[in-house]
Amino acid sequence: MSAVEPLPDLPRGAACAACAVTPAAEVLARHDRRARETRIVLSLPGMTSASCMSRVERKLAAVPGVRLARVNLTLKRASVTAAPDMVPETLIAALDEIGFEAHELDAGALAATETDRAGRDLLMRLGVAGFASMNVMLLSISVWAGAEDATRDLFHWISAAIALPAIAFSGQPFFRNAWGALRSGRLNMDVPIVLAILLAAGTSLYETSQSGEHAYFDAALTLTFFLLAGRFLDHRTRAVARSAAEELAALEVPRAIRVTPEGEETVPLAALSAGDLVLVRPGGRMPVDGVVVTGESELDRSLLTGETLPVYAGPGMVVSAGEVNLTGPLTLRATAVGAESSLHALTDLVAVAESGRSNYSSLADRAAKLYAPGVHILAALSFAGWYLATGDLRHAVNIAAAVLIITCPCALGLAVPAVTTAASGRLFRKGLLIKSATALERLAEVDTVVFDKTGTLTAGTPRLDEAGAHPEPELALAAALAAGSTHPLSRALASAAAEAGIAPAPVTDLREVPGFGMEARFDGQIVRLGRGDWVGAPPAQGAQASSWLRLGNGAPHPFRFSDALRPGATDAVAGFLAQGLTVKLVSGDGPGAVEALARRVGIDDWRAGATPVDKAEIVAQLSADGRKVLMVGDGLNDTAALSAAHVSISPASALDAARVASDIVLLGTDLTSLAPARETARKAIRRIRENFRIATLYNIVAVPLAVAGLATPLIAALAMSSSSITVSLNALRVGDAKSPRAPKASPVPDATLQEA
Amino acid sequence: MDVLRFLIPASLFLGGIGLAAFFWTLRSNQYDDPDGDSRRILTDDWDARPKPDTPEDGSGDAR
Repeated sequence: MSAVEPLPDLPRGAACAACAVTPAAEVLARHDRRARETRIVLSLPGMTSASCMSRVERKLAAVPGVRLARVNLTLKRASVTAAPDMVPETLIAALDEIGFEAHELDAGALAATETDRAGRDLLMRLGVAGFASMNVMLLSISVWAGAEDATRDLFHWISAAIALPAIAFSGQPFFRNAWGALRSGRLNMDVPIVLAILLAAGTSLYETSQSGEHAYFDAALTLTFFLLAGRFLDHRTRAVARSAAEELAALEVPRAIRVTPEGEETVPLAALSAGDLVLVRPGGRMPVDGVVVTGESELDRSLLTGETLPVYAGPGMVVSAGEVNLTGPLTLRATAVGAESSLHALTDLVAVAESGRSNYSSLADRAAKLYAPGVHILAALSFAGWYLATGDLRHAVNIAAAVLIITCPCALGLAVPAVTTAASGRLFRKGLLIKSATALERLAEVDTVVFDKTGTLTAGTPRLDEAGAHPEPELALAAALAAGSTHPLSRALASAAAEAGIAPAPVTDLREVPGFGMEARFDGQIVRLGRGDWVGAPPAQGAQASSWLRLGNGAPHPFRFSDALRPGATDAVAGFLAQGLTVKLVSGDGPGAVEALARRVGIDDWRAGATPVDKAEIVAQLSADGRKVLMVGDGLNDTAALSAAHVSISPASALDAARVASDIVLLGTDLTSLAPARETARKAIRRIRENFRIATLYNIVAVPLAVAGLATPLIAALAMSSSSITVSLNALRVGDAKSPRAPKASPVPDATLQEA
Repeated sequence: MDVLRFLIPASLFLGGIGLAAFFWTLRSNQYDDPDGDSRRILTDDWDARPKPDTPEDGSGDAR
């Protein structure tokens, strides 16, 4: 022992001397550095392999101004240290070039998860428990092999010397939880655990001091080790999900451009107040409710209402927070900010819906509720029985300890986390992020699926209808005009022309008329592409998105668009239908668009023009009818419905509020993995139930032995280890090592689909 | 059985070294990115420290 001392002593001394100095120095250095560089964290859902990793790192490092780029493949995240003027958009655009989808994350919100202290703490306790239990097990084996008298006592004493401090250190999470539960007058899984550990250690110590035969130090430690392993797995799954959920919450970095007499300044959203002038650039999202003061543009309201058609916006028009500005810069006078804005009015709706969600108790809770009192009663009864029968207090306590150890929920403690870790790991690889601990169980129970349309089943980007049916000169002209604009319809036109191999016609004097369209000269004539009323087209019938082209005084030529399907949408619907689920489509968009889409993906049951309240009511009605509803949605108008559903999924592109309200987040753009995810969840639940059965079986075999007083430390060790190992191995079957790699969405085709 | 006098401290000491090594890996963030680290070892990139002499920008653009 003495040889160990000098080793850690040296570094410890050095660390401590530095300890006193580092905090201050570090803070100073950090302040200094913060002034000269920024740290940007990006989420990269499409990253899968080592080659992706080095491609991303090289690409990021090649961006001027980047000092350091480091990818974390486990968290699918890149952290970049760059010059202070670096904006995340530059990096996202750079990654887009090589086919990676990236989202900006709020580095501040992530700091807490990166130094995951709780996880490290658990791992350290696990390491100590593992080390101690192995040493004690070695000593115990020689005792079981026949060590006697003084040797046995010596071994027991050494075991005690290792076990007691190790238990005191490693068992702390259990002690704390059990104490917390007892103080509030409840029983949880930790109470029998702590009782078993303490009783085992206590009686063993007493037995050792009396030169007794049976010491359960190894059992107490193995128990701690296995239970900590379960805790650690559980924590790890949750930490990955939590940090990823946090990172998604951090996606929308709340900033706005305030216009003051001195000029423009970028300020945090919280600094805005009603009456401020706010500039919203094309592509930006309205940060506040307000009235347009200057500028003309078009607005995309799909996230708020589900309608795909852009809406014209000009001076005097009222806009609400969350709408996206498309073509021209707009200056707003803020009428309501923060908690008063219309965005937050939806929050109340969500709160109401959430209170309606039934209080789901997890399988583990239900098992614990049955289990904890049963074990205590059993142990107490066997203690009382043996005491009354023999009058030997020491023997009765020993029996009670043996009963507690053997029934201890070692396997039960592993049964759930081992399975959830395996299953959520598998789902994470497929791009699904489980945010809530019980989401997996709830997903397995689902029998009805409700889809939102815009942004969920569709990509939210328009695509030109019947691209081949348009005459080539018109398409060439339209493509030339569209090339000058970032409006979604223009982009769709340009890419349709490029796909058809049509080169843009040579036009001059190209200019954008914000809110209306594009104008240019071709062959000495004015040519316009844009809104029907501006071009001079007959009033539009139906609600289909369209853009009109008119050359001089010729007849206007219409281009019609429909929303592009999200990749995998048809597969997802077909997959759910094949599993025998009811699939519904509920959208805020007009009936025409909804019916067309429903037919395309194969949904018979659809409803159009639904308000956020309608959506929540539809889900609530289904739940009242005894259905377990899975809601898949992305918009603010879905938030209440997402909260009301039994379990909910939203894509990563969804708005903050929708992602917060949902239990599972779909990273990436492909919906294919939705239906298999339910299969995985069902399989996971089957494994959990099997695990409970296995653990119970071991107990049924071993408990009578313990009650009868026949249990020895050897039997306890065998029962405990074998049940824990069986349970863990059974859990691994969820992960199916042969899970096919091919259908895993590779980032490159995804990105091209999105661009197309 | 006298040999136990040496064997037990020796085994505890060796185990202790293992435990200390585990603590070291824990403190030096070696469990932060298990997936990534297991693959980084297979690439030729200089991603642990800067490549000596030649600037690394060249390799990035070459792609």
